[in-house]
Amino acid sequence: MTEQQPAVALEGIVKRFGAVTAVHAMDISIEEGAFVTLLGPSGCGKTTTLRMIAGLLSPSQGDIRIKGRSVTATPIHKRNLGLVFQNYALFPHKTIFDNVAFGLKYRDVGRREITDRVQKALDLVQLPGVGDRHPAQLSGGQQQRIALARAIVIEPDVLLLDEPLSALDANLREDMRVELKRIQEQLGITTIFVTHDQSEALAMSDKVVVMRSGHVEQVGAPEDVYVNPASAFVARFLGNANLIPATVKGRDGDHVIAEVAGVGSVPVPALRAAKLQPGDAAALVVRAERLQLVEQPGDVPEGMIARKATVTAVDYQGQAARYFIDFCGHSIQALNPIGTAPLRAGARVTAVLDSNHCVLVPPEKHP
Amino acid sequence: MSGWSIIRLFTIVVYGFMFLPVAIVVLLSFNSSQFGSFPMEGVSLRWFGELWNNDAIIRAFRVSFMLGALTAITSTVLGILAALALVRYRFPGKSVISTLMIAPILVPEVVLAVALLLFLRWLDMPKSFPLLLLGHVIFTLPFVLLVVQARLVGIRRDYEEAALSLGANPVQTFFTITLPLLMPAVLAGLLFAFTISFDDITGTMFWKPGGVETVPTQIFAMLRNSISPEINALGTVMIVLTVALPLIGMALARRMAARLR
Ligand SMILES: Nc1ncnc2c1ncn2[C@@H]1O[C@H](COP(=O)(O)OP(=O)(O)OP(=O)(O)O)[C@@H](O)[C@H]1O
Ligand SMILES: [Mg+2]
Repeated sequence: MTEQQPAVALEGIVKRFGAVTAVHAMDISIEEGAFVTLLGPSGCGKTTTLRMIAGLLSPSQGDIRIKGRSVTATPIHKRNLGLVFQNYALFPHKTIFDNVAFGLKYRDVGRREITDRVQKALDLVQLPGVGDRHPAQLSGGQQQRIALARAIVIEPDVLLLDEPLSALDANLREDMRVELKRIQEQLGITTIFVTHDQSEALAMSDKVVVMRSGHVEQVGAPEDVYVNPASAFVARFLGNANLIPATVKGRDGDHVIAEVAGVGSVPVPALRAAKLQPGDAAALVVRAERLQLVEQPGDVPEGMIARKATVTAVDYQGQAARYFIDFCGHSIQALNPIGTAPLRAGARVTAVLDSNHCVLVPPEKHP
Repeated sequence: MSGWSIIRLFTIVVYGFMFLPVAIVVLLSFNSSQFGSFPMEGVSLRWFGELWNNDAIIRAFRVSFMLGALTAITSTVLGILAALALVRYRFPGKSVISTLMIAPILVPEVVLAVALLLFLRWLDMPKSFPLLLLGHVIFTLPFVLLVVQARLVGIRRDYEEAALSLGANPVQTFFTITLPLLMPAVLAGLLFAFTISFDDITGTMFWKPGGVETVPTQIFAMLRNSISPEINALGTVMIVLTVALPLIGMALARRMAARLR
């Protein structure tokens, strides 16, 4: 294949609402067939970004390209996109068949083919035979499947989903997650998915775009952003991370040495030390599940950092427990599977840390 | 307990006082005798027959129907457009325009009637049927606007956005999505406008060109000469039209709204 155009490219997109800037100079490039998630806390500009791609908002600055062609000035109904909303937005006065067929009526598709394609789309979302019902006669999960069928039946260039699962209850949400991913892979359709739920993002995406107040914080594969957070914000937003203040002391081969008060020197792989220079203040990211608490200090493997710690509180979760510990004067958390019995508050333990799994990021700015 | 009985009795008396005259008019319209007095001598449809043969009344009916229908259509179309603008778009002066369009309800009708008349004088325009229509549109528009606006607020933007994303242009989206969802309110608006126009007398008296009579002004003119039992029959017809029509319309609208849920 020759050089491929990205399916969607945002080039320096800015969106201002009066004095508020919802999206600052955003650049994203999305390959054909990828499942990309915009992830971030409430109000960070995910919906605004998605609506600009959809054509429901026009950017204050910048250019949006779909398959290489600029669509910034193209109205929504000419963009050929599939849009799925949080509240399904099925047309209440039309049958399921007419809902799904709606988009085909505005394309050059014959009657027979409409019937075939609607049927195929309903099969794909595993709801054949609901064609003559009305939306109100379906459950929330079923309505969301129909909404998905309606969006994909037109074979859109890009599928855009804004928190499509958040109106569903927890169990259904997990099923739909798997289902949505299966359909996306089967069709190979380029998908942009908006969520504030990190587990959805990690489970479904090829690429996660972590956003924070209108900025892109980090772009990468799910493991990448989880294991190698580029900033304290990303580390905190994904999973359960401890951030311990540290100072960069120097380099030792392919490790960067961080000095942590009370703990001493912690060698962190240089790849995971961002672009920090010796002398810089930093934060050491320690994933709660990477901090192991043992009662017998004897069996500490080579190359690990082991320090005395005290359990101050226990958050029992069934298969695991989250321990709040005092670790050399730092109040941090450890998430450990439960052996025979969970540790008790007040227990004196040894906390064992593999520094190869630690990350150094620039310190959090406290405004 | 007895306190409640007194209130109940009082309520019945008040309503009786208000509706008794209406009931009497309806009863007497079926009276066979020339003179309205109780007990009634016999039941007949004689006066309704007379109505049918009275050219002036038939003409007035025709004018009223025409005026009502045109008012309803014009007001509803304008009301839908205005509601769309006020609910779906942002523009400078929106709240002022919104208030101005509702204002005809708040201003006493006589004031509105005189004001429009003076305005026409000032423009040196003679009274005419289109101007009568204009008057009726001005004071039925607020009702239509309020009803349509209330429903439009409840129709989420999502539906329209979904239709747009599927390839329907804004006009197609309006006709395939917004209008059908708006239909109960549109129907209610049409009926409101028609009934209000149909039984209006104050404004019509001021605005109607010479020689044109609507049903209410015709009744008024007939009353000035003599009290004929025909008027009772005419009153009955008016009551049926202006009460039954909106009731039927509202029931229909409610049924439709329930189906769209
Ligand atoms: N129409 C608007 N007018 C003014 N400000 C707006 C408008 N739409 C969004 N904003 C602002 O832009 C910012 C981003 O909003 P956006 O809806 O994109 O957030 P989000 O990431 O989708 O959040 P959520 O997870 O809550 O949906 C917010 O601060 C919001 O207040
Ligand atoms: Mg949002």
